Amino acid sequence: MAIDLKNASFSGYKRENGRVGVRNHVVILPVDDLSNAACEAVANNIKGALAIPHPYGRLQFGADLELHFKTLIGTGSNPNVAAVVVIGIEDGWAKRVADGIAATGKPVSFFGIEGHGDMETIRRASKAAKDYMQWASELRREERPLKDLWVSTKCGESDTTSGIGANPCVGNAFDKLYAHGVTLVFGETTELTGGEQLVAARCRTPAVRDRFMFMFDRYQEVVNRHKTSDLSESQPTKGNIAGGLTTIEEKALGNIQKIGKKCLVDGVLDKAEVPSGPGLWFMDSSSAAAEMVTLCAASGYAVHFFPTGQGNVIGNPILPVIKLCANPRTVRLMSEHIDVDVSGITRKEIDMDQAGDKLLEMMFRTANGRLTAAAALGHREFVLTRLYESA
Amino acid sequence: MIHFVVHDENDSVGVVVVEGVKAGQDLTGWIMDQDKEITVRAQSDIPIGHKLAIRELKNSDTVIKYSVDIGRTIAPIKVGEHAHVHNIKTKRW
Repeated sequence: MAIDLKNASFSGYKRENGRVGVRNHVVILPVDDLSNAACEAVANNIKGALAIPHPYGRLQFGADLELHFKTLIGTGSNPNVAAVVVIGIEDGWAKRVADGIAATGKPVSFFGIEGHGDMETIRRASKAAKDYMQWASELRREERPLKDLWVSTKCGESDTTSGIGANPCVGNAFDKLYAHGVTLVFGETTELTGGEQLVAARCRTPAVRDRFMFMFDRYQEVVNRHKTSDLSESQPTKGNIAGGLTTIEEKALGNIQKIGKKCLVDGVLDKAEVPSGPGLWFMDSSSAAAEMVTLCAASGYAVHFFPTGQGNVIGNPILPVIKLCANPRTVRLMSEHIDVDVSGITRKEIDMDQAGDKLLEMMFRTANGRLTAAAALGHREFVLTRLYESA
Repeated sequence: MIHFVVHDENDSVGVVVVEGVKAGQDLTGWIMDQDKEITVRAQSDIPIGHKLAIRELKNSDTVIKYSVDIGRTIAPIKVGEHAHVHNIKTKRW
């Protein structure tokens, strides 16, 4: 029995700006590497608060600095987040991040460490975090229509079964969600190499196509500028090759199965940019799993589809990462990481339509509160994309 | 029983989808897009997920999968032989 998406709903947290989240995190957000220790201390003091440490934020400049702010502000603004405590080494940039998040209307406080020290900062920030945790604990889920759910996708440690089963399964689900006005995104710019013309042909307008090819060519220039080989073992990765993928073209053609057969690319986003409406968006992004999923979270996506072949174990602190796999060996050896087993596709036990419905069913269960395998296992990879060296 | 999967009948390679394929084994393949079956005798041991040639390929031939160019051969590949990084390279980068 196929899922009736027309009248489908999920149970989510409606935020101050109208967006709907499926988790209710109070995030303790460091502006920079130096503030990680204080953030982790606050999260240790206040049970349930979530620190998301990262190694950057000092002496970045230009477009790289803008991306840093955009990613931090986007992460805090994500509807899966109820409230945010921002801590930086000094007040100025902490305020800048907090002000960006406050534009959504959600509660946010900021603290600078200089002039106070870690211990006093931890004391004051812990008080704010405690108040937010208790406030957030009284927020209630409400039934929301399917179109309020934003869904992202990116695959990882792909193998040839990804292109046969798991990625077309996402494509089947995306085609179905697209028809009901859901906001979708895919990316992985270098990982379209060899299939870029197929994506270009799926762009809704010439302007979208030009923008997509601009992003594609821009990333190719990065590869061409820095490469010392044909990138074999980096892209495709060592794991991809162990799984039977031979060339970037083969990997790309498997990758683009995730955008299905029917939906069109309605628009193009730069890294961590927020989409302006429903439809399928392409986001220029790294093909490294944690970087890409972190960018999806920063763009406001609430649930993620992650097909894997060889068994990438990634999770994200605020974006539930649903893992699906069509490789029977990986499902057997790494079952604790797999939320949706679609290995029956190659045995003709289930067809792609049934596999897509199986994934959608898990999407609703996850949106309604089910912990993903990655969340249960404690995977919280929060990885900021860097564009170049610090000053 | 399906031992390997081919995306499209134009393809020159298929993907082994079961564990333990040995040289000399007769394999059944499923061509997904046209929903047809073919048989090929394996000429190498081939791990799950790895490819075998289903057409004779000469050196410097284009390899087709998903009905699209996925690279070029750097050695001849006979039908049923393991097709991977030792005999296929990217045309990009």
